[in-house]
Amino acid sequence: MTLSLFALQLLNGVEYGLLLFLVSSGLTLIFGVLGVLNFAHGSFYMLGAYLAYWLAERTGSLLAAVLVGVPLMFLAGWAVERLAISRLYSRDHLAQVLFTYGMVLVFNDLQRTLFGNEVHGVATPPALAFSLPLGMQSWPAYRAFTSAACLCVALGLRQVILHTRFGMRVRAGASNREMVAALGIDVRLLLSILFSAGAALAALAGMLAAPLTTVYPGMGEGVLIVSFVVVVIGGIGSIKGAFCGALLVGLADTFGKVLLPGVSSAMVYAVMAVVLLWRPRGLFGQPVEAR
Amino acid sequence: MSLSRRGQAGLAAGAVALALLPLLGDRFWLQFAGKAMITCIFAMSLDLLVGYAGLVSLGHAAFFGLAAFLLAGLTNQFGLLNPAATLPLCLGGAALAALLIGWLSLRATGVYFVMVTLAFTQMLFYLFSEAPGLGGSDGIYVAERPRLVVFGRTLLDLGDRIPAYLAIWTALALVFFFLYRVVRAPFGRVLVGIRVNEPRMRTLGYPTRRYKLAAFIIGGTLAGLAGYLDATLYGFVNPALFGWRQSGLVLVTVLLGGKGTLYGPMLGAFLLSLLEHFGERVTPHWNALIGAVVMAVVLFLPGGLAGLLREKHG
Repeated sequence: MTLSLFALQLLNGVEYGLLLFLVSSGLTLIFGVLGVLNFAHGSFYMLGAYLAYWLAERTGSLLAAVLVGVPLMFLAGWAVERLAISRLYSRDHLAQVLFTYGMVLVFNDLQRTLFGNEVHGVATPPALAFSLPLGMQSWPAYRAFTSAACLCVALGLRQVILHTRFGMRVRAGASNREMVAALGIDVRLLLSILFSAGAALAALAGMLAAPLTTVYPGMGEGVLIVSFVVVVIGGIGSIKGAFCGALLVGLADTFGKVLLPGVSSAMVYAVMAVVLLWRPRGLFGQPVEAR
Repeated sequence: MSLSRRGQAGLAAGAVALALLPLLGDRFWLQFAGKAMITCIFAMSLDLLVGYAGLVSLGHAAFFGLAAFLLAGLTNQFGLLNPAATLPLCLGGAALAALLIGWLSLRATGVYFVMVTLAFTQMLFYLFSEAPGLGGSDGIYVAERPRLVVFGRTLLDLGDRIPAYLAIWTALALVFFFLYRVVRAPFGRVLVGIRVNEPRMRTLGYPTRRYKLAAFIIGGTLAGLAGYLDATLYGFVNPALFGWRQSGLVLVTVLLGGKGTLYGPMLGAFLLSLLEHFGERVTPHWNALIGAVVMAVVLFLPGGLAGLLREKHG
């Protein structure tokens, strides 16, 4: 592998990892704080991508689609949390899995009814439709932009979680929700905001990915499963873990495709199995006693 | 698994009705019921893990798929048709895989266990979809169905519809009684104890990990039996047998029917099969319909369909 090809794969892996982080950060927080195993999280990614396609078609601009679509998905997440998810807080994980599995079926049907079964392409914004030279290779500017955008979101998320009052409550909620409620904090509101923000982040990832992967039925499920892998590698409830896990999975997937073409897709799962056999609670997961 | 008199009568009536189904002579319903009964075996084998031992596996399809592919391989590569040879070999393969996967996965607990089992079945899924020697993503046909020939006389030909159907019926009955005995035996009580409070069971001196591994192997072997029957019923295997959808669907079947009851997963299997069949005819939105039914069961029937029966009949 030449140096420029290696650099290209490295950049692609990081870019894929950063997109995965947007999805899995919400998933890990929802699981860590709300205690809900949300199988419908991938549906938000899919709906985001379809919304980007539909809005970009109408407005002619992906940026406009993102600016309208992300708040819309935040509201959708809010409605889902209030109407459905909030009824599951007191139930065991199996009931949550079953319920959110039902939601996936409903969301898939919604997508089929609204947008049909075809694969849709979404145009790269004209301002980013060029390539950056990279030795013998070239890297699409849109991928660079996506990586930068995801990185900004990740840094912003870090800032919010570590340095704001809201973030403090989220962290407190992740370690002991009952105690937070006992201290007089409106946990219900906290949970609603968290769930909606997770949905909006997943949708944003879907929107950013739409020009790269095209938009197709079932795209949410693939991302969901890989995001679960990321969350588990990183350790449930840990944003830092989700970040490291996402990059690890992104790189493993990208390099696996180049180095081991026959078994590339199994790479990600092999990495997860190895990590879990080495650290049964993920890279940054808390031991049972601490929870 | 406390089933009332009327529940037991219902179960027996259902078994008799299924045994008499071939008399109807309808091709479609015979295959439909055969498939549903295979799903019953598959779901009950998972119920032993989920409902009794408290091991939520999202990789149960691994053993289903492995046994099915093993049958295809033995038939196509080695021309082995005798079920007395292929059945033990396929089940042995599934059991060996369950030993290996279980031994590794049981190091993790809770949600992490769920994900490790998922990882293994996904690895198999991709291995079988991408490796060219194993049929690829299109799958392969099983050239000839198993048949038992003794001294030149064909005693059992699973390529025939009715013997194949009756073989599935018999397998289901045997698996049900086997698991019924297992969960009532001291072994099954220990599994329930582990689910409820594993540290206490360990303190009492039970090697809990070995018990869980044993349950995992039994469940995996029976899932292999379901896969074997599936491959003989359809004569076709493809990597989708391994996928997380298959694993997820069987878990949903168990939960929908009611975990920890054995008969609940059977109800779930038949309900889902019927919903799928009739839903497809009634409305193009049948997937959403199934989703809505699943969500309603979670909200209003915490014990699944089996909980409904228990409440009604005492």
